[in-house]
Amino acid sequence: MKNLLVALSLSAASVAQAADVVNVYSARKEALILPLLEQFTDRTGVEVRLITGSADELVTRLKTEDVASPADLFVTVDAGRAVRAQQAGVLGTLPQADFLDRVPQAYIDEKRNWVALSLRARVMFYAKGKIDPSDIDTYAEVADPKNQGKLCIRSSGNIYNQSLVGAMLENEGAEATEAWAKGVVANMARQPAGGDTDQIRAVAAGVCDFAVANTYYFGRLLASDKPEDQAVVEKVGMIWPDQEGRGTHINASMAGITRYAPNRENAEKLLAFLLSDEAQRFYAEINHEFPVIQGVAASKTMQTYGDFKRDALPLEVLGVNNAAAVKTMDRAGWQ
Amino acid sequence: MAITYRTSERLIALTAFAVGALVCLPIVSILYQAFVAPTDLWEHLVDTVLWNYLSNSASLVLGVALGVLLLGVPAAAMVALFDFPARRALSLALLLPLACPAYILAFTYTGVLDVAGPFAGWLPQAWLSQVRSLPGAVVMLSLVLYPYVYLLARASFLSQSTATMEVGRTLGLSPTASLFRLAIPMARPAIIAGLLLALMETLADYGTVEFFGVPSFTTGIMRAYYGMGDAAAAAQLATTLLAFVALLVLLERYSRRKIRYYSAADASASEQRVRLSGGWAVLAAALCAMPPLFGFFLPAGFMLYWSVTDALGQWADLLPMAINSLVLAGVAALSIVFGSTAMGYAQRVIDAPWVRAASLVAGLGYALPGTIIAIGVLIPLAAVDRTLFIWVRDLTGHNIGLLFTGTLAAIVLAYGARFTAVSLGAITSGLSRIKPSLDEAATLAGLRPFQIMRRIHVPLMRASVLTATLIVFVDVLKELPATLILRPFDFNTLAVRAYELASDERLIDAAPASLAIVLVGLIPVIYLNRSVTEEKH
Repeated sequence: MKNLLVALSLSAASVAQAADVVNVYSARKEALILPLLEQFTDRTGVEVRLITGSADELVTRLKTEDVASPADLFVTVDAGRAVRAQQAGVLGTLPQADFLDRVPQAYIDEKRNWVALSLRARVMFYAKGKIDPSDIDTYAEVADPKNQGKLCIRSSGNIYNQSLVGAMLENEGAEATEAWAKGVVANMARQPAGGDTDQIRAVAAGVCDFAVANTYYFGRLLASDKPEDQAVVEKVGMIWPDQEGRGTHINASMAGITRYAPNRENAEKLLAFLLSDEAQRFYAEINHEFPVIQGVAASKTMQTYGDFKRDALPLEVLGVNNAAAVKTMDRAGWQ
Repeated sequence: MAITYRTSERLIALTAFAVGALVCLPIVSILYQAFVAPTDLWEHLVDTVLWNYLSNSASLVLGVALGVLLLGVPAAAMVALFDFPARRALSLALLLPLACPAYILAFTYTGVLDVAGPFAGWLPQAWLSQVRSLPGAVVMLSLVLYPYVYLLARASFLSQSTATMEVGRTLGLSPTASLFRLAIPMARPAIIAGLLLALMETLADYGTVEFFGVPSFTTGIMRAYYGMGDAAAAAQLATTLLAFVALLVLLERYSRRKIRYYSAADASASEQRVRLSGGWAVLAAALCAMPPLFGFFLPAGFMLYWSVTDALGQWADLLPMAINSLVLAGVAALSIVFGSTAMGYAQRVIDAPWVRAASLVAGLGYALPGTIIAIGVLIPLAAVDRTLFIWVRDLTGHNIGLLFTGTLAAIVLAYGARFTAVSLGAITSGLSRIKPSLDEAATLAGLRPFQIMRRIHVPLMRASVLTATLIVFVDVLKELPATLILRPFDFNTLAVRAYELASDERLIDAAPASLAIVLVGLIPVIYLNRSVTEEKH
């Protein structure tokens, strides 16, 4: 049995140095990245090896492995964690390359540690006929006393809520944000539970009049051919918040090349592929996220909701303000 | 002969020391972190969420304690001491929820009781949204953890002298009175040992409470570590949790400090069960049918339904993951049982303070969340890896990769830290049932220690070792957080797949992987049942 262990250990270790590979630590779920990686291997012959996990755990792993880390590319699903990786010093500098010049400046880090791969918008969903959409078309109104007992939103442990509060801390200041968070808690129709899809379903089921959730969860329901999903979609409307103001809150799935990447060249190749038009269409069509490369269209489903104004806040702010956001929500009693 | 004695003792001590050091490593590394770095997070925690964490965790522990006792003890007593229709089938069915991880039960019931789910029109809406709550978490955890109490209590009832109920009758007690005044008090150490396991699992649970949005002490640790990036505060919270568990463990030991239970060598209750008839028989059967119905058959039925309808496409690549799960669980179970047998023997033959301390610390790991254990493994092992990496690179220019954290070694060590408690419990309780007088008699008869072990202990210990192996096997199969963090490249298990889909809010798509975990877990559970009931005396 010990022999088996040794054998397993050695076989796993020996591949770390195989010739044409690139090693990816990804917080994007396997189902949402593996098809792309397989395409990349078909195209280039470079083998991709993958570990998925939560971004925080992967950063911990990168940090402890340090110079010995086999990872070449690190992928997150939110800006906050990319910044945390940057602060932990595990990311290297992106190259000067054509494929990065195509990315709008807002979506590349100033210090060139990370680049956004796809965008995610956090918006409002409402029960058609039960609430006037104009009563909830700003983030401020989510906490307005007129909406008391009408809101479904998930817990403060969720990174998208933390990022929303982090953005607000920057835009509105600490005091106003804490008051807002207290207003959100006061407006909850029930204690937070479940994911974003659950909040949307709860709106359809009449548990609450409106919910805050990411667009792609709604996109999946829209694209689903199950009757129960279609029943949800029929009862629920989606609005882009703050179109008169700063614009809709945006988060991003991001990638960075690691500081000690043993296969740096392949990592650059892979990153170039992930930012190609083809890969950008994949995020849009498979998961209804918004491409970062201009000219690549959103998914057909999302296109029906038109274009929208995005909050221009630099994405790194979400990471910098994350700890403060969590504490603000704790103080507001947001479970 | 005296020299041989010392050599064998030394060998046992050495092995036990090595095993103890390895499984204590992650816990010691957490303690170390707790005391090296300063933190100012406590003030924030005390002002805001700490009391909520504490009261929720306390409610969880009390609720689950009540739940597993009510579900486990009566059922164990029924199938062991009484006879009624379908008794044999039910005594197996009662074990089945052991194959079902709490988080999977939580995913399933959430899918079933969704406000837009299949029961939406039947049950009041207020009930539906209640699953995701503290009471909901208590029910989920109780439904999958009661088998620990049931298993140990049943074994104890079975191994009680055949005369227990007979004695009661001769004393003029009714069967019910014999049960409450003789059988249950005699099974108390086993019941408490099972309860302790269930409560440690409850405190370590992260998947269920996180999924239900119930802020507990464990979710608080993660939040401090990740949400606020404060490793020291997280380690201190984890240490607090450990202290609490240590207290529980010591209380349990104190409660049976002067009691030694040895069973008669020819004990067998199988032929002397009290036969129930009529209403009592129906009642007994119903009592035993409820826990497996809600803890296994209903959820498995829904998983099966989804697996062959909406989620049919998710079966495709499960086979390699199932093989990974099986190999990993097998390797880990064998290593852990080997290690804990060494520790168990060390406890028996050399009653030194360090042996007791090591087995206590190793036992605590069961109550620590897998994530914390994983971090405790990662930090020291990665340091070794880095040193080796730099050394080989500077010497030869080769990249040797990560020898420990990049391979299964790290995962197996984490499992060791987490599950040694379960295995050690079964081993020591098995060893404690072998009367010391037996060893003494054998020694007098001229047998050497290894001969005593081979000719007397091995046959007597077979059932305990098998039980330990199977429980660890199932536990590893279900384990999620440590596997998620420590697995090597391109290494997925069934638990990882189920979790990835569920956390991506695709509960229905997670059904095939969940069902596969349950099915693979059923095999050892069924063996476990046979090893306990058909034990030959």
